[in-house]
Amino acid sequence: MIRNILSNDLPRSRPLTAVLLVILIGLLVTPFIAPGVRSLDVAAKICIFIVLIASYDLVLGYTGIVSFGHTVFFGLGAYGVTIALTRLGSTWSALAVGICIALILSLMLAFVVALFSLRIRAIFYAMITLVVASAFSVLASQLFELTGGEDGLTIRAIPALSPGTVYSESFLGVTLDGRLVTYYLVFSICVLLFLILLRIVNSPFGRVLQAIRENDFRASALGYQTVIYRTLSSMISAFFATLAGALLALWLRYNGPDTSVSFTIMVDILLMAVIGGIGTMYGAVVGPTLLILAQSYLQDLMHWASLSASGIPIVGNFLAALLSPDRWLLWLGVLFVLSIYYFPSGIVGQLRRRVQRQPESGRSGRTYVECARGEQAR
Amino acid sequence: MNAHTVIADNHIAHPRRDIVPLLLPPLVALLALPMVGSFGTWVTLTATALAMGMIIFVAASGLTLVFGLMDVINFAHGVFLSMGAFLAISTLALLTDWTAVDSLWRNVAALCVTAIVAMCIVGVVGLLYERIFVRPVYGDHLKQILITMGGMIIGEELIKVVWGIQTLSLRMPATLQGFFMVGDAAIEKYRILAIVVGLLVLAGMKWLFDYTKIGLLIRAGVQNREMVESLGYRVRHLFIFVFVAGAALGGLGGVLWGLFQQNISAHMGTQLMELIFIVVIVGGLGSIGGCFIGSLLVALVFTYAGFLVPKLALVSNLLLALLILIWRAQGLYPVAKR
Repeated sequence: MIRNILSNDLPRSRPLTAVLLVILIGLLVTPFIAPGVRSLDVAAKICIFIVLIASYDLVLGYTGIVSFGHTVFFGLGAYGVTIALTRLGSTWSALAVGICIALILSLMLAFVVALFSLRIRAIFYAMITLVVASAFSVLASQLFELTGGEDGLTIRAIPALSPGTVYSESFLGVTLDGRLVTYYLVFSICVLLFLILLRIVNSPFGRVLQAIRENDFRASALGYQTVIYRTLSSMISAFFATLAGALLALWLRYNGPDTSVSFTIMVDILLMAVIGGIGTMYGAVVGPTLLILAQSYLQDLMHWASLSASGIPIVGNFLAALLSPDRWLLWLGVLFVLSIYYFPSGIVGQLRRRVQRQPESGRSGRTYVECARGEQAR
Repeated sequence: MNAHTVIADNHIAHPRRDIVPLLLPPLVALLALPMVGSFGTWVTLTATALAMGMIIFVAASGLTLVFGLMDVINFAHGVFLSMGAFLAISTLALLTDWTAVDSLWRNVAALCVTAIVAMCIVGVVGLLYERIFVRPVYGDHLKQILITMGGMIIGEELIKVVWGIQTLSLRMPATLQGFFMVGDAAIEKYRILAIVVGLLVLAGMKWLFDYTKIGLLIRAGVQNREMVESLGYRVRHLFIFVFVAGAALGGLGGVLWGLFQQNISAHMGTQLMELIFIVVIVGGLGSIGGCFIGSLLVALVFTYAGFLVPKLALVSNLLLALLILIWRAQGLYPVAKR
């Protein structure tokens, strides 16, 4: 049963299983153990980013091509929902229309970008997507009649999901209102989308993607059209990113350039994917959870460290500047580079290491780097 | 695919006769004339575009060379650019005696000193950067892109630590401010200077590549690295030289771009990188000639589009890249290898 749900791609490591279970149960019961607005926001963001990173990992970890344009699709989904709901009123049908239009646009854009860059060299893809992403973010902030410009758009929630709608005053100790319903809607859709992605990467199609990642020349020699598979992979990834964006807009009831399309979000996506572990869907669960929790709660610690460092003579000011919470990204960047050097398979890879040493290890779904190491050893 | 093969064949038969791309920048400029309308405005715009193109060329040449020689794509090149610009601010602030006076020669000398200081420091940073970030990941594109992106994040943050997060303004020395009037067209003095510097760099590169042994080795290394290695040359040392030179050129490009834009933030390099990526895609990765023509094309299209439809300036460049890629899938001057 569990094998079927997880598409026969089990965590294969006790610590990893424990971590995943803690995350799953934690997200499930957040509204009950920590009923504050902030903690629910953090939990919803984690759910949405898990889907986003998982969809990104389909391209980065499983297909082996780097995209810097993932925020474009994320943003299209978010803008699709916000624009549709402001124009057509807050109804379910408006939501459906918004999501459909966003999905169609995303798929078309992903197709065109992939077609133009991937048929030449996979490395073009990174550059072209970077340019497309920045053009998109410029457009998003300049076409203010449509997108609300830098201010973004705030939408009125669909009545059934509005925080003002109270279904039950005390449901297991908390108020069951529209906000809670929205949270569980977001949560269950995210779980579903994640399982679908897990299914995709463990399908024959997913195996071909992995084959292309390992050796595209050999894969094409075996008769697989690598361009078509890579294009399909990036389109599927765009599809799921768009859905994640739609969920984000639905949850925040707001969307602007900084929440979904800015380059900072893209950097976050990269960091989460790599630190969690690429080439395995479970990395996409661990990475965002850790980073969003750290982002929400660790920056206070840096603030304190920076204040105490400014007391040190001579180097104090410089140290304080290094440790200030605004330089958060600096330390993440260092962590990112170090993790590519020393833990290329991310946290999940580290947790799995003990299992990998056993003789009957790594039958399938090995991480990218483990495979690369094997290649080198030969 | 057929047309493709024909192009490739042409290249082998007449390696130096492929002049169609050369005609593109003048063509774009001429096409823009009726759209802009007034001749004076057109001259001003074209001068701006040429200056911008030259600066982009200086900034992009290092990136494309490094790619051509070692198949390394450095996403952190933008940090070298920003760093050059910020170093220019710091150096010019020290040279106020030379920049404030009303003497052209002293002003130009101040700029030269600034450029040299920026190039040297950025070159040294490039050397360290190559050692720490690039060397461990040769031959692995995926990791390279990720690591150099990490380098970009770190570099940008370090610039913020050193120079702060606010936008600084880079003041032009006294005699280089203002503009000439040519007919009814106003041409800023600095644009002339930028064009001259760009042409000097182009000439310098041409000389280095065509008339020196080191240039010969670099060209040969781009064509076929293994062959050069088997003749006993250490391509890796050559590459470090090219990487440092590329970083230094990036620093120079940053100084020029900073003076061109006048306002500098830590994101400047990253923003310029978007144009540079379009340039190297349009020109063909690894090709200097392609890089030059690509720079001019991108700058012309960017400037005219910025004047005609301001909101679409960056999108217009994407369209340009799209059209060029439809015409020549590998860019204007593909570097035939691998």
